[in-house]
Amino acid sequence: MQKESAIREPLILGHKTYKDITDDVVRPIVGPASLGWKIMITISSIVALYGIGSILYLISTGIGVWGLNKTVGWAWDITNFVWWVGIGHAGTLISAVLLLFRQKWRMAINRSAEAMTIFAVIMAAVFPGIHMGRIWLAYYVFPLPNQFGSLWVNFNSPLLWDVFAISTYFSVSLVFWYVGLIPDFATIRDRVTKPFAKKMYGIMSFGWSGRAKHWNRFEELSLVLAGIATPLVFSVHSIVSMDFATSVIPGWHTTIFPPYFVSGAVFSGFAMVQTLLLVMRKAYKLEDYIHVKHVEYMNIVIIVTGSIVGVAYLTELFISWYSGVEYESYAFINRFSGPYKAAYWTMMTCNVISPQLFWFKKIRRSLVATFILSIVVNIGMWFERYVIIVTSLHRDYLPSSWGEFIPTATDVGIFIGTLGIFLTLFLAFTRFFPVLALNELKTILKSSGESYKNEQVK
Amino acid sequence: MKKVFHVMYDDDEKLLVAARELVSKGIHVNEVYSPFPIHGIDPVIGIKRTRLAITSFMYAMSGLSLAVFFMWYTMISDWPMNIGGKPSFSLLENLPAFIPVSFEFSVFCAAHGMVITYLLRNGTLPGMPATNPDPRTTDDKFVMEITTDTNSMNAQDLESEIKKTDVFELSIKDVKES
Repeated sequence: MQKESAIREPLILGHKTYKDITDDVVRPIVGPASLGWKIMITISSIVALYGIGSILYLISTGIGVWGLNKTVGWAWDITNFVWWVGIGHAGTLISAVLLLFRQKWRMAINRSAEAMTIFAVIMAAVFPGIHMGRIWLAYYVFPLPNQFGSLWVNFNSPLLWDVFAISTYFSVSLVFWYVGLIPDFATIRDRVTKPFAKKMYGIMSFGWSGRAKHWNRFEELSLVLAGIATPLVFSVHSIVSMDFATSVIPGWHTTIFPPYFVSGAVFSGFAMVQTLLLVMRKAYKLEDYIHVKHVEYMNIVIIVTGSIVGVAYLTELFISWYSGVEYESYAFINRFSGPYKAAYWTMMTCNVISPQLFWFKKIRRSLVATFILSIVVNIGMWFERYVIIVTSLHRDYLPSSWGEFIPTATDVGIFIGTLGIFLTLFLAFTRFFPVLALNELKTILKSSGESYKNEQVK
Repeated sequence: MKKVFHVMYDDDEKLLVAARELVSKGIHVNEVYSPFPIHGIDPVIGIKRTRLAITSFMYAMSGLSLAVFFMWYTMISDWPMNIGGKPSFSLLENLPAFIPVSFEFSVFCAAHGMVITYLLRNGTLPGMPATNPDPRTTDDKFVMEITTDTNSMNAQDLESEIKKTDVFELSIKDVKES
C-alpha cells in the first residue's frame, strides 16, 4: 500500500468504509429523482429546444440570419466553437495529465469533468457544422475520393487538421471515459434491484467481473491512454489556434497562439468544472469526497493558467508595438480603444485581474467566492475569443471594407441553446451515471482517507 | 467432479496476506475477484504483465504509416496542388504540414486499437453476462477462487489450509468437470 504523509490534508473526509463509498455514489442513481433535478432539467430542456429551433431555422433559411457580413465572416459561431472546445479541455487534462503525475485528488473529479468534456466537445462540433451553411454536405471535410468533387481535401490546411484533431479528441476522450465507467457500471448492476435497470446496467457494464487479470490490463490501459491523451490535449487546442495563427490577418498572425490557447483552454475548463461541481457536490451530498481541498487545488491550476493567459495578452500588446508593423499595432490599438473596447476590457478584467484574487488563501478556499469567480472566468474567456475573432476581422487592410458585427436573435438563441443542451446532457449524466469514479476512490481510501490518516498520527 | 472454493475476505490486505500464505504452501489460486485493483496480487498468483502496451505501439505505427502514405498519395502523387507557389511537390518538402494529421491519426489508431484489443481479450463486450461469483465483489468484498483440479491437495486439506487464513465467508461448490 502506498503511504502518504499524515499531515497532508485527507482527500476523503469522515469515517468511510469501502461500502460507504459505493452507497454514497449509488444512492442518487437508485433513489427517486429529486425535485430540484426535475426543475433544472425541465428548464434546461426548454432552453435546449429553443436552441434546436434556432438551429433548424438557421439551416432552413441560410446563415444570413446570423449577424455575419462580408467583412466579419466569423463571429459568434466560431467564438462559441473555440469557447466550447476550450471548456472541453479540463476533463482529459484532469484524467490524463494528473494521472501521469499521480495526483490522487483527480479521482474525485475526473469522472464528471470527463463527462463535461465530452458534452462540451459535442457542443463545439455543432458550430463549424452549422457554419457550413449546407450541413448536408458536411462529409466534404472527410478525405473522400475524387468522384465526390474535383479534388482531395487539402492536408496543408489547419482547418482540415482541426477536423482530425477534434474528432480524434472526441472519440479518444469518449472511450477513455467509458473504459473507466465499465467497472463502476458493474457495481451498479450488482446493486440495483429493478429488473429493467439491472438489464440496462448489465449491458453497459459489458459483463465486467473484476478478475485480477482484467484489472492488470485495466491499469496498463489507463496508463497508456493517459500517456497518449496528454499530448493529444495539447495538440488539439494548438491546432485550433493555428486556424487563426497561420492566416495573414493582423491580430491573428501570432506565434504565441498555441501555448496561449492551450493555457486559456485549461483555464476556462477548470472554471467550468468548478461551476458544475460546486452545485453537484451539494445536490448529491458528496461534500466528503469533493471538499475544500479539491476546490483549492483546482483554484491553484486556475491561477497558474490564468497568469499565463495574462502574460500572453501583455506579450501580444508589446510585440505589436515592438514589431513596428503598423497594421499589427493598429489591430491592438483598435482592440482596446475601438468600437469593441468594452469587450476587450471585460476580457482583461475577468481573465487577468479576477483570478489573481486566488492568491489569498481565504478566497481560494471559499466556495462562494470560487463559484462566483468561476462564472466570471467563463464570461471572460468567451469575450477573449470574441475579441480575437471579431476585432481582428472588422477592420483589416482596406478601410473601405471596414464593418461591424451586431449579433441577431438567432446568434443569441443558438448560443443559449447550446448551454441548454449541454446542461441537459450533464443533468442526465448525474442522474444515471456514477458521478464519482467510485472504484478508483476505494484505492486511495487507506492512504488518503481521514480516519486512516488519524490512525497514522496516533 | 471438482470442488470450487470461493473464499471471501472483507479487506484487500487480508486477501493479499492469505494469498501469499496459501501460495507458499504450494496451493494454486485460480482467480481473484475484487472491486478495484489490488496492488501486488499479480506476481503472487502468477499473473504476468500484460502486453497491451506493445499492441498500442503497433497500432500507433500502423496509423502513422497509413496517414503519411495517404497524404503522400492525395497531395503529392494523385493530384498535386500549387498553393501560393509553396514548395510542396515532394513528400519531404510538404512533411511539416503533414505532422498534425499524422500525429492525430496515430493517436486515434493507438487508442481505439488498444481499447478494442482490451475488450476482446477480456471478453467484456456489450451484453456479456457477469461472471463474478458473488455480487458483493463489485462492492466491498474480495473473493479468491481455488479449485481441486488445479491443486494436488485433496479437498479436506485445502479446506483446512484456507480456514487458517482470515476468511470472512467460504462457499464450496461441486462442479462437474467438462
